[in-house]
Amino acid sequence: MSINLSHQQRRILAYSIPVLAVFAALIFGAIMLVLLGANPIEGYAEMFVGAFGSGDALIATILKATPLLFVGTGIVIAFRANVINIGAEGQMVLGGLFATIAALYLPEMAPIIMVPAVLMAGILGGALWGWIPGALKAYYRVNEILSTIMLNIVAVQLMSYLLRGPLIDPAYKEVVGIAQTERLMESADLPIIFGDRFHIGPVLAILGAIATYYLLWRTPLGYRLRAVGLSEHAARYAGIPVRRTIALALTLSGAFAGLAGAVLVFGSESHRMVDAGSAAGFTGSAGFNGIVAALLGGLHPIWTIPASFLFGGLIVGGQALQRAVQVPSALIIALNGLVVVFVVAADRYRVKLLSVDGRDQEIADDGKMPLDDGDSALGSVYDAAPSGTDSYGQDEFNEDPR
Amino acid sequence: MSEIFTTAVLVAVGASAIRLAVPLLLAALGETFGQRSGVLNLGVDGIMLLGAFTGYYAVLKTDNVWLGLLAGAIVGLVLGLASAVIAVTLKAEQGISGIGIFLFGLGMSDLLFQKLVGTPIGIDTFPQVDIPLLSDIPYIGEIFFQHSLVIYLAFLSIPVATFVINRTTFGMKIRAVGEYPDAADTLGVSVAGVRYATEIIGGTLAGIAGAVLAITLGIFQQNLTNGAGFIAIALVYFGAWRPTGIMLGALLFGFVNALVLELKTLEIIPRDLSNLAAMAPAIITILALVFVARRFRAPSALTKPFTRGT
Repeated sequence: MSINLSHQQRRILAYSIPVLAVFAALIFGAIMLVLLGANPIEGYAEMFVGAFGSGDALIATILKATPLLFVGTGIVIAFRANVINIGAEGQMVLGGLFATIAALYLPEMAPIIMVPAVLMAGILGGALWGWIPGALKAYYRVNEILSTIMLNIVAVQLMSYLLRGPLIDPAYKEVVGIAQTERLMESADLPIIFGDRFHIGPVLAILGAIATYYLLWRTPLGYRLRAVGLSEHAARYAGIPVRRTIALALTLSGAFAGLAGAVLVFGSESHRMVDAGSAAGFTGSAGFNGIVAALLGGLHPIWTIPASFLFGGLIVGGQALQRAVQVPSALIIALNGLVVVFVVAADRYRVKLLSVDGRDQEIADDGKMPLDDGDSALGSVYDAAPSGTDSYGQDEFNEDPR
Repeated sequence: MSEIFTTAVLVAVGASAIRLAVPLLLAALGETFGQRSGVLNLGVDGIMLLGAFTGYYAVLKTDNVWLGLLAGAIVGLVLGLASAVIAVTLKAEQGISGIGIFLFGLGMSDLLFQKLVGTPIGIDTFPQVDIPLLSDIPYIGEIFFQHSLVIYLAFLSIPVATFVINRTTFGMKIRAVGEYPDAADTLGVSVAGVRYATEIIGGTLAGIAGAVLAITLGIFQQNLTNGAGFIAIALVYFGAWRPTGIMLGALLFGFVNALVLELKTLEIIPRDLSNLAAMAPAIITILALVFVARRFRAPSALTKPFTRGT
């Protein structure tokens, strides 16, 4: 990349790369629409109007963006600590389940107590489902990509079992096929701010993102998380408890996803937890899309806010597109996959643009650029061998005998 | 209980374990090539789904199961090539880009099915080929030697893969690129070239695995694999990156799946507990990962894109 660009130009280009990647995916989608016999221009016009074209559309977009922002914020924490959390889907499910169980079994109290109580239960559920792979990675060196994928599978089956069995709405017990709880207690409904469905969820999500910014760049804990993410060896040398920090990163990441799950249940229009037969049925793939939102936001919690909004618009608009041009909804899942691939594939170019100008340090300090030259901070997942335990010979292999 | 576990039931479970193991085995074997060369392809499940649909569709249109297998292989090859472009040339973070490939395959296979087929129609399945003499052995014959040709070939591919990885120049290059890409590069081995080759092998085998699944079952439906591709990736760790270990893992999973199916059919596991039984493979995988991580080491360059001179 030998084109001469000023620092400012590089930076603007770097931040527009993920957006360009989304456009590239949409162009690919347009080709698919043509092949399906639909008019892509008409389709994308419907998509834009459906996402941002009216007050109702904007509210739908913001509500769709809310779980993405919660999850994305958690993803930022994990990725900053060089931990890849693919388990937000399962963590959302556990958050939803814990919150639902709290609402079903706690005695009814005033909303001022009930709402925080169920949200806290959701946080606990998600945190637990994040702690398991975190501890397995930190203390047993189990690759977290695999363990979180497996825990997603376990979570979905657990949800199906509970919603078909112990937690099922008594009124539907005999009806085959409807796996959902009864209408949960009203005092646990998320308070409505305006209109008939705009609840406090989006506000909580934005507050969470801001709090995470402070956590990561203004507290010793945040410093430790980022230090472990940049260089485990250096962090260990500096006396940072690396293993505990890794476990904590996944726990915090899971906690945000769990909160997203609780907000999905208590901010839903049915006020029930419903099993649609898959993780995506409950989460709407927010556990995966939150990762994309975080990458779109440059792994920065504040930038993840507009990124989630845009991505929420993409999903709401996608549904409008699908209805307007009458193509199966599976198209949206396929398009979603393309967006993930394009954004992730473009990410390294963003990193490159920001790092080759010799100003990495300054950028890293203001929290906008965590990654060192060439090598992504997410790149070294497998060599996280804690010192002193070399049972699979990691240390011998890493240390050059010369 | 004791009357339920008759020899007939045990033989049926054994034979079905072998059949269920094969798609996992093929996909995991393909993934092994990629991982040994340093590339983690998390999109296997998506490739399997598209391979399964094209295989199904080809058989539906031509009534030829072998053309179906070929169609699945071609789609797998193309998607393996795409995975290589994403992971090797564009150097995308492999832990996430693979999820994108999975979602693409999940949506695309369902979309194509709804557009081109619509309602589920059964197709021809692979013809059973009894091995002369061996298939007549009581019990053993029925478990091991009364399957279709693809099943025998899948198990034959294990020693072939072991030979290729351990005893050929190509296999040596794969291992070198996966462990010490810098050294391999210095010696004139094209790191990108080898990784493209292994990703294409992996994609092709995943496509074949999907086609085998669909043509063995004789159907296609939304999310036919039900996460088998992810289990296959886990099997690579389970088998400690060695084809023989992977075969044993695939057989174990095949057995667990067959047993759960049989117990469900016999109504020993009540319907409302079937979800809990379905967790078994994932939980076994996590426990196995703990064990493997303590004893074996992943290829050093796994998930690390190669850039010369760093």
